[in-house]
Amino acid sequence: MSLSEDDLRGYRKRLTCNFKQIDQVFGDCMNQAVTTLSPKGVEDYLDGASLICMVGRGVEPVLSYLEEMPEVARKLGEETLTLVSQSVWKISRSPNGKAIPVFLQTLAEASRRLGSRELLERYCAKVLEFMERTSSSIHGNQSATIPSPSLIELLQRLPGLLHELSFEGLNNWIEYGLANYLHHPGRQRDYFSLQSADSRAIMQRERHGTLYADHERKLDLYMKALWQKDELFVPYSRAFDQLRKPAPYFDDRGIRVPDVYEDKGSISGIDRYRALLAHVAAHKRWTTPVIADNYSPFQRVAIEMFEDSRVEYLAMQFYPGLRRLWTALHPAPGEDDCDPSIESCIRHRLAMLSYALLCAEHNYRNSDLLEFVARFRQLMQQQKHTTKQVADLAISYIARTRRQADLSANIYFADTEVSYRDDNRHMWRFIEQGDEEEMFEEERKAEAEESDRLPPRHYPEWDYKSRTYRPDWVSLYESLHPSGSAAIIDRLLTKHHVLVKQLKQIFDLLKPQQCVRVRYQEEGSELDLDVAISSLIDIRSGARPDPRINMSHHRDGRDIAVMLLLDLSESLNRVPDGCSQTILELSQEAVALLGYAVEHLGDEFAIAGFSSNTRHEVRYQHIKGYSEHWDDMVKARLAAMQAGYSTRMGAAIRHAAHYLEARRADKKLLLILTDGEPHDIDEQDGRLLIEDARKAVQELHRQDIYGFCVNLDPQADDCVEDIFGKRFTVIDRVERLPQKLPELFFSLTR
Amino acid sequence: MSDIDQYRIEQEPFYQVQHDEISLYQAAYDERLPVMIKGPTGCGKSRFVEYMAWKLNRPLITVACNDDMTASDLVGRFLLDSNGTRWLDGPLTTAARIGAICYLDEVVEARQDTTVVIHPLTDHRRTLPLDKKGELVAAHPDFQLVISYNPGYQSLMKDLKQSTKQRFSAMTFDYPDTALEAEIVSKETNSPLDVAMRLVRVAKTARNLKGHGLDEGISTRLLAYAARLINRGVQPQAACRMALVDPITDDADIRSTLNHAIDAVFN
Repeated sequence: MSLSEDDLRGYRKRLTCNFKQIDQVFGDCMNQAVTTLSPKGVEDYLDGASLICMVGRGVEPVLSYLEEMPEVARKLGEETLTLVSQSVWKISRSPNGKAIPVFLQTLAEASRRLGSRELLERYCAKVLEFMERTSSSIHGNQSATIPSPSLIELLQRLPGLLHELSFEGLNNWIEYGLANYLHHPGRQRDYFSLQSADSRAIMQRERHGTLYADHERKLDLYMKALWQKDELFVPYSRAFDQLRKPAPYFDDRGIRVPDVYEDKGSISGIDRYRALLAHVAAHKRWTTPVIADNYSPFQRVAIEMFEDSRVEYLAMQFYPGLRRLWTALHPAPGEDDCDPSIESCIRHRLAMLSYALLCAEHNYRNSDLLEFVARFRQLMQQQKHTTKQVADLAISYIARTRRQADLSANIYFADTEVSYRDDNRHMWRFIEQGDEEEMFEEERKAEAEESDRLPPRHYPEWDYKSRTYRPDWVSLYESLHPSGSAAIIDRLLTKHHVLVKQLKQIFDLLKPQQCVRVRYQEEGSELDLDVAISSLIDIRSGARPDPRINMSHHRDGRDIAVMLLLDLSESLNRVPDGCSQTILELSQEAVALLGYAVEHLGDEFAIAGFSSNTRHEVRYQHIKGYSEHWDDMVKARLAAMQAGYSTRMGAAIRHAAHYLEARRADKKLLLILTDGEPHDIDEQDGRLLIEDARKAVQELHRQDIYGFCVNLDPQADDCVEDIFGKRFTVIDRVERLPQKLPELFFSLTR
Repeated sequence: MSDIDQYRIEQEPFYQVQHDEISLYQAAYDERLPVMIKGPTGCGKSRFVEYMAWKLNRPLITVACNDDMTASDLVGRFLLDSNGTRWLDGPLTTAARIGAICYLDEVVEARQDTTVVIHPLTDHRRTLPLDKKGELVAAHPDFQLVISYNPGYQSLMKDLKQSTKQRFSAMTFDYPDTALEAEIVSKETNSPLDVAMRLVRVAKTARNLKGHGLDEGISTRLLAYAARLINRGVQPQAACRMALVDPITDDADIRSTLNHAIDAVFN
């Protein structure tokens, strides 16, 4: 029921806005508004539009409001009309006026995803809060004069994010960005436009659904167990690419799988992955590529569909349970959904046929479809059938069923996409490069890597304020420590040769030997009194005695793995009060002695040094590996020890623990030689790195690694106690080592 | 000598021949060569020895070896009774005296100082010295020594010494191929061939994971258990979980994968 001219004019007068463009769409908008809203709602609607017009941002916002709001109000309630216009008004009071059109554009998607008025209120409140916090002014506490550097980027991303995250997840993501980048406009922009690595990482963390990353091993095992294939998986994300939705595919570089799968009906996310992998494995086993040049695009699409069905049929011979899984995920379009007179139904027809081939309980009646289902089944009954044979079947299907409308640009897409099937690019070989289909990307030559360093490992860092980890925050580069002259170390050892002997003796006594008693031996090193007595009793009583009355011992061998971690930061170059050498030299001596002695303690012993230059470059330099012996090469590296840069202890501890974990030993010991406070030049908050180091030491405990600190500064800081608890000792002179080391090892073996 | 009868095998044990193992063993027995049978657990080694003993009409004395076993457990010891002491022959000595086949199962489990006791019986001397008794037992002409072991997951500590290994001739067993294994399971448990075929397919998926989290795949013995449970009316999926998956692993990812395989094989 359309509105009369009079009514329209009345309404138009109420909307106090003089833009000509409004008149063109006003009639349609009002018709919709009147049918969906109450009379009060219509008034709010027009008042809201007037408010937006008054804000003075041009006609676009008004048009957006007029077009979107009736539907939003219908779904979520009419209070949303004033909610939105008030929010726009508030934004206009700030320097962020440019964000208004973008804000209005997000509303349609937001209302769809959020689904309730409360959530939409919270959404608008969040946007406004964000705007206030990120807009700033230079002088004093007046209201903001500089617009937010990232509001527009955030608003542009919001529809996509709402698709992937719950509202809570979105909140967490925004909070993280604000907490860390409030004062860095550039990085803030990077974060909220989802370009920075940590913004993607946090988003990944907050997502719902079955994440590939959590189930990688399961999928690996699945491929090995059921299909005897060892494949490389490469996850891709559908969250970031808005223009082209990627589809799974495989090539010789691996299988591309989505990084998250939502549950679909009764099928769990992990089973959706398995359905995809089963399909891919079936292709790999049974599909031979076909030359594409002589086929038209329609023929190719049909051949792909038939081949998909064929390999699935073969797979179900082995694993009949796959039928249930694939059928549940396959779309089942209605027979009459597509109208061949106005749109191209080719995808619809093929989807129906594909469903019919998979599931015998389809209800389709079309005679062509039924005939080709029968012919397909007949082909499958043969002993051997190939991709080529099914291609011929596909071509005759196209020839039989083609219609004029198939060529129309208006293609019916609904319910025709099978999510678990790959895009079949592997099926085709091209002799000539055609111009109608997509070109495969040319192989881009990878630039040769300039650096001789390994690519960095990323470690998280603990943020004590938000009590979470910052994922992939620290980049750690490993390398081999440069070498110097081994003679320096030899000289140190001869200088302290008395100490060395003392240490060796101590270690020999301290070696936590596992003495295992072996009982019930007929011959052994000592008498097992219990058994001997019971044997004697048996003799006296006339029963058969047990002759195994001896027992012996054997040692279970070495079972300690030690990692010595040296702080090589700039502060080692100073000479503390009351000492005659720099801390670096002391450290060198201590390590030389310790190294020589620990070699006797256990076979598994490694030394490494660390320093850092902001979180992007933590250097970890190997001095001795587990498989190396304490020989001249190691001594040479030790001799070349230099101090410089800062101390980012947490990452170094985690990296050392990573190596220690791989060792098989009953007891694992991480000895850290430091002069105290962890700090770095890019962290203003002094407490942060101390807390992070403390957290890293707690993680050690969980990994069954014993972390112990040897503090080289006699004016030891309190923070060492904070980080290591009771497990530290102060050594300001090398002579103290023999005294202090036993303390360490007693507490270790307790 | 009615003791011997307890070792005789009266009824033919079911054994499905795979290749030429029967003729090979026959030839070895004709020469009285000691035989070492290798293979994964549950693939038919002990059953084979039982079958051959029945076929050759010899008594079979089986000893399950373990870490606690001493030489006297094999050879014999003095016992105390009301009249004083008397000597009791161990299983090895008994077999040597009566001309039985002595089968040492899982010989690697025994300590090495125990295993060397068999050396004099396995070379040309064919004698067994009983030190405590002061007797030298000459083996019966029909005596043969057979041992079995599972290579693969023995540690370096527990392996046969070369001096022991090289006294034996060896036969390697493995799980049979699919059709044959299904037949074996079907005949052994009286279950339909179709069910047995599906069980074998499940076993194959687990065997593919050997070395990737599983020490050993699913053995034919476990398949027989599953088939017997199914015969008793247990749902196939539940029977497979009980007999095939839960005994072999506690790893959550592997169990999930195998459970999915079971669902995929049994509709």
